[in-house]
Amino acid sequence: MARKITFSQAINEAMDIAMEKDDKVVLIGEDVAGGATVDHLQDEEAWGGVFGVTQGLGNKYGRKRVIDMPIAEAGYMGAAVTAAVTGLRPISELMFNDFIGSCLDEVMNQGAKIRYMFGGKAKVPLTIRTNHGAGAGAAAQHSQSLYGMFTAMPGLKVVVPSNPYDAKGLLLSAIEDDDIVVFFEDKTLYSMKGEVPEGHYTISLGKADIKRNGEDLTIVAIGKMVHVAMDAASKLAEQGLEAEIIDPRSLSPLDEKTILQSVDKTGRLLIVDEANPRCSIATDISSLVANKGFDSLDAPIKMITAPHSPVPFAANLEKLYIPTANKVVKVAEEVVGELTLARY
Amino acid sequence: MDKQKAYWIYTKMNEIRNFEEKVRKIFSTGSIPGFVHLYAGEEAIAVGVCAHLSDNDYITSTHRGHGHCIAKGCDLNGMMAEIFGKETGLCNGKGGSMHIADLGVGMLGANGIVGGGFPLAAGAGLTAYVRETGGVAVCFFGDGANNHGTFHEGINIAAALKLPVIFVAENNGFGEATPFEYATSAKTIADRAASYDIPGIRVDGSNLVDVYQAAEEAVERARNGEGPTLIEAITYRTYGHFEGDNQAYKSESDSENWPVEVDCIDKFEQYALKKSLLTKTDISEIKDNAHKAVEAAVAFAENSNEPSPDTLTENVYVQYK
Repeated sequence: MARKITFSQAINEAMDIAMEKDDKVVLIGEDVAGGATVDHLQDEEAWGGVFGVTQGLGNKYGRKRVIDMPIAEAGYMGAAVTAAVTGLRPISELMFNDFIGSCLDEVMNQGAKIRYMFGGKAKVPLTIRTNHGAGAGAAAQHSQSLYGMFTAMPGLKVVVPSNPYDAKGLLLSAIEDDDIVVFFEDKTLYSMKGEVPEGHYTISLGKADIKRNGEDLTIVAIGKMVHVAMDAASKLAEQGLEAEIIDPRSLSPLDEKTILQSVDKTGRLLIVDEANPRCSIATDISSLVANKGFDSLDAPIKMITAPHSPVPFAANLEKLYIPTANKVVKVAEEVVGELTLARY
Repeated sequence: MDKQKAYWIYTKMNEIRNFEEKVRKIFSTGSIPGFVHLYAGEEAIAVGVCAHLSDNDYITSTHRGHGHCIAKGCDLNGMMAEIFGKETGLCNGKGGSMHIADLGVGMLGANGIVGGGFPLAAGAGLTAYVRETGGVAVCFFGDGANNHGTFHEGINIAAALKLPVIFVAENNGFGEATPFEYATSAKTIADRAASYDIPGIRVDGSNLVDVYQAAEEAVERARNGEGPTLIEAITYRTYGHFEGDNQAYKSESDSENWPVEVDCIDKFEQYALKKSLLTKTDISEIKDNAHKAVEAAVAFAENSNEPSPDTLTENVYVQYK
C-alpha cells in the first residue's frame, strides 16, 4: 500500500518536484515563505502560506525562487502573468479565491487573453493556486467557491481536486502546462489523508474520474462534494440504488464524454456543487446534458447546490449553506422514484 | 482635552482591552467559529481618533476591527453576539468578527479585504461633501494595506476632490508575517502623502495624546473643506496576525524598533493622573465597569439564540426558492 499523506502535503510535494525539476518554476504570493528577511526564522517555524501549504519550500529553494510579495494582488498577479510570458513558469498563490476581486483585470483581461490576442505567439505557463470553500467559519469574503466564474473565461484552465492523489497529479500537470491554470484547493480538505505515490506523476487535465460505478443514477460532484456524494451513495446502496459518481477534476477542459456516457447508462443526473446555483458549473453541466444527452434522460436533471446567497458566518447557517449527503439522498430518491416503483 | 473626554477615552481603551483579552480566552476554547484578529495594544489609535467623531461621521475598518467598532460606539453586547454568530449580533450573525458593522453609529464595517477601506472611506466623504453634512470619514488601515493599489486610488480621489477624509495607518510592524520594511519601498507611510499633496504626519501610536492631537487637526482640516490628511501611527501588534499564529517571525529587536516599552493604556493613565484629568477612583471605577460590561456582553451572547434558518437566504437582493 502506498503511503498516506495529507491533501496539503500532496500539493507541497507537487510544487517541490516541479521546482526540483525545472529551475524556471518559482513560487510567489503573500507569505508563501512567511517572514522573508527575518534572519532568525527557522524554516520549520516559517508560515509557508497562511495554511502552511508551502512550508519548507522557502528554505529549500531560497528566497529568489520562493518570493514573499507585498499585499498587492493586482501587482504580483500581473507580474506573474508577464513573468510567465517572458521565461519563468510561476506558481502564484492567491491566498483566498475571494481576493480575485483585487486582481481580476490581471487574470481576466491580461493573462487569459494574451495568447489569443497575440495571435498565438505567446505562452502563459502560469499556475494560480488558490483556496475556496465554506465550512471554516471564515464568512462571506473568505469562503466562496468561484471556479465557475473562471470557467466562464476563455483562456483559462480550471482544476478542482477532491483528494490528495488527484491534487498532486493535477498540480504537476498544471505547472507543466503552457497555459494559465487556476488550481482550486478546498481549505477544509487540507488535513484529509489519502494514498499518494512518491515521485513524479501527472493526471491529464480534462480527464474525469469515475469515483464509484453504478447503474441507477449519475452524480457529478465537484471538489469536496465528491465525498458528500460518496456518503449519499452508501446510503442509497442500502436501499438498493447504485449511484455512479463522476469527479470531473478539471472544469475547463471538461470531460463531456465521461459525463454523457454515464448519463446514457443511468438515465438520471444529479449535480452536487457547493457554489451558488446561477450561472454555475452545475447549470453548465445541466445544460451540457440537456443539449447533448437529452435522449438519454429518464427523469429531470437535478442540482444540489448552495443557496443563492453569500456564505453566512453563523455556524448553524453555514451548515445549512453547504449541500449534505442527506439532501443528496432525498433528491436522488425523488429522481429514481419511478424506477423504485417499477422494481417493487 | 477635558475631564469628561479623558473619562470617555480611558473607558473606551479599557473596554477594547477587556473585550480582546476575553475574545482571546474564549477563542482558545473553540466556542467562537472562524478566526479572530486582535487589536489589543493598539487602543490609543482607534480611541484617539474616534474621540473627535460623532455618529454623523463614518469610519471604515479592517480585519482587525474590534477596537475601531468599540471606539466608534458599537454596542458591546451586539458585537460579542456577532462574534459568536448569534441572531442578536449587530449583523444578525451573518457577518462575524471580520464584518461587524453598525451604520447607526457611523461604523461602515470591519473588512475581510486588505485595502478595502480606502475607496469606501472616500465614498462616505463624497456623501458628506455633496450633502454638506459637516461629517468626515476616517479610513483605518494597516501597514500591509499601504502597498495595495486601492491605497493610491482612494487617497488620490479624496485628495483631488478635497473630500473630508482622514487616512489613519496603524503601522504595527507586520503585514501578516511580513515585516513592514520588506514589503514597503518607502521609509515611512507618512512620506507617501507628498505624492497627493496632503499633509503626512507620523505619530507615536502608543501615545494617546499624540494621536489625539494629530487627529484633532486632521478632522478640523477635513471639516473646513481643506481635504484629507494621512496620519501614520506607529504601534505594535501584541498578538499574532490571527489567534493561533506562532509569530515565529517576530524577534526581540522588534520591540526596540517599535515603541512598546510602555503599554498605551498605562501611558495614558499616567498622563491623565498627572494632569488631574482622572482620579484614582475614576480609574478603578472605569476598569471595573469595563470588565463588567465585557462579562455582560459574553453572557448576552451565550444566552442569545442562533439565527433562524429562514434568514440564510434573506437580505440577498434577489431571492430564489
